[in-house]
Amino acid sequence: MNKLLDQIRENVTQTQVWKSIFRHGYPNTDANRALVMFSNVILHLHPVRVRRGALKIKFTWCLGGLTFFFFVLLAVTGVFLMFYYVPDTRRAYNDIKDLGTVIYFGSLFRALHRWSAHAMVFSVWMHMTRVFLTGSYKPPREFNWVVGVILLVVTLVMSWTGYLLPWDQLALWAVTVGSKMAEATPLVGNAGPFGPELGMTINNDVAFVLLGGTVVGQSALLRFYVLHCLGLPLVMALFMAVHFWRIRKDGFSGPL
Amino acid sequence: MAEKETALGTIPKRDGNSGGLAALIKKSAADKMGPEDHVLVWPNLVYIELISMLVATAVLLFLSLVSPAPLEELASADTTPNPTKAPWYFLGLQELLVYFDPWLAGVVLPSLIIVGLVLLPYIDPNPRGKGYYTYSERKFAVLGFCFGLALWYILIVIGVWFRGLDWSWYWPWDNWKAHKPITGGLVDLEVVIQNTLGLPEAPLVTLGRYGVTIANLITWALFLGYYAVGFSIPFLFMRKFYNSLGFVRYNLMMFLFLSMLGVPLKIYLRLLASIKYVLVTPWFKI
Repeated sequence: MNKLLDQIRENVTQTQVWKSIFRHGYPNTDANRALVMFSNVILHLHPVRVRRGALKIKFTWCLGGLTFFFFVLLAVTGVFLMFYYVPDTRRAYNDIKDLGTVIYFGSLFRALHRWSAHAMVFSVWMHMTRVFLTGSYKPPREFNWVVGVILLVVTLVMSWTGYLLPWDQLALWAVTVGSKMAEATPLVGNAGPFGPELGMTINNDVAFVLLGGTVVGQSALLRFYVLHCLGLPLVMALFMAVHFWRIRKDGFSGPL
Repeated sequence: MAEKETALGTIPKRDGNSGGLAALIKKSAADKMGPEDHVLVWPNLVYIELISMLVATAVLLFLSLVSPAPLEELASADTTPNPTKAPWYFLGLQELLVYFDPWLAGVVLPSLIIVGLVLLPYIDPNPRGKGYYTYSERKFAVLGFCFGLALWYILIVIGVWFRGLDWSWYWPWDNWKAHKPITGGLVDLEVVIQNTLGLPEAPLVTLGRYGVTIANLITWALFLGYYAVGFSIPFLFMRKFYNSLGFVRYNLMMFLFLSMLGVPLKIYLRLLASIKYVLVTPWFKI
């Protein structure tokens, strides 16, 4: 039986198709374990070897990696939700209701999306705290800390834009609170210091741009939907690429 | 690592000095280590990542099954829920709205937090404590950061669990359905000073719509004095601290640090002395 399995495996892994996809053998030898890092598009973010210290759970608590994992989970569950959701104020609320009643696993996917978002906000903060407490932002990693702060802000804004989409009371009023704050921005908000002096009115200030109007309505829903599902994830992906690339180039800062 | 035959050809030997561009680049700490300090990423790190992802997925699945995402009533501009709470991670900012105007609580303070975080690696010149947990080698940095973090979390906890109707303070054992009586009015600091010292109400000078009274000037002095004294104390009495930072870093750091301390200070002033604004002008109020 074992012989037969070996034969089948041999026949499969020696084909041109298999070799065109996997450029290394099964990673059970050191050479193949190194090659898998070179030739796998996801794993190549890692170096081939890493210092023992960097493996200590008590050093990283896996927080950076988990944050990325939550982002991936959010993307996957988010795409699923997009199949059933239309950003129209007359439909949105019922679409979300349908997820809980008529769509298989709709409630589970929505709950997973929500919990992943909470988890991501929390793990980004904890990751930042860990990086600070281990001094991992010190030279040569200063700029990667800055990229990390940008990622933190984008994470928060993404979560906030997602709050509007169910079009329930929480959605409407949580975003109303936020847009009132935007109106109060100094210089560019109509209710902020020096805003009126610079010609800001309810029809042209930063809150108007954000909402696409003066109240939280259809334009705001569409803008938040596009930002939440397309704009901000693209920004996030770009900065994440820089963040990971820098980590790789600067080396792990782990305990010596 | 010896050269090895593989499907891709030979893996090049890891050379200490590959010349050219690499020689110009300062070697990272990881490169200085010998191979005995290193282990292969597969399986050592990859398996840790896999297990942590599986555990995280299990926890999220469990939470999702136990507590599905809530959905409130259909959005309606006609009925305002009381209280209106933003998502939990913004409730710290919303809690600040109690003590500060929206432009400060919602825009200036969060911007300062972000700017402060961005500047952090550039205003911390301490070369020690890189890559390991330490308190003793960077006391001020760790204390300062944890203070800000604690402030942020405390405000969130208050916003989530202790704010009820009309954004009043509700203990867990209070009746959250009943409105609390509206308690005492708030006064501006300049009014308090005016009344206590018996100063004249008439403005000394009038600048457009701004009547500058003596009490008003005192609040300006107190406000600017807070920063002036704050900037001076380390400069005069902790010279080593000042010298380690240098002029630019010192001023950036002290401004951010004093602004951060100012937030709980203003909160105390309001809670203990019912002060609404410390500084009042026709354009902005702090």
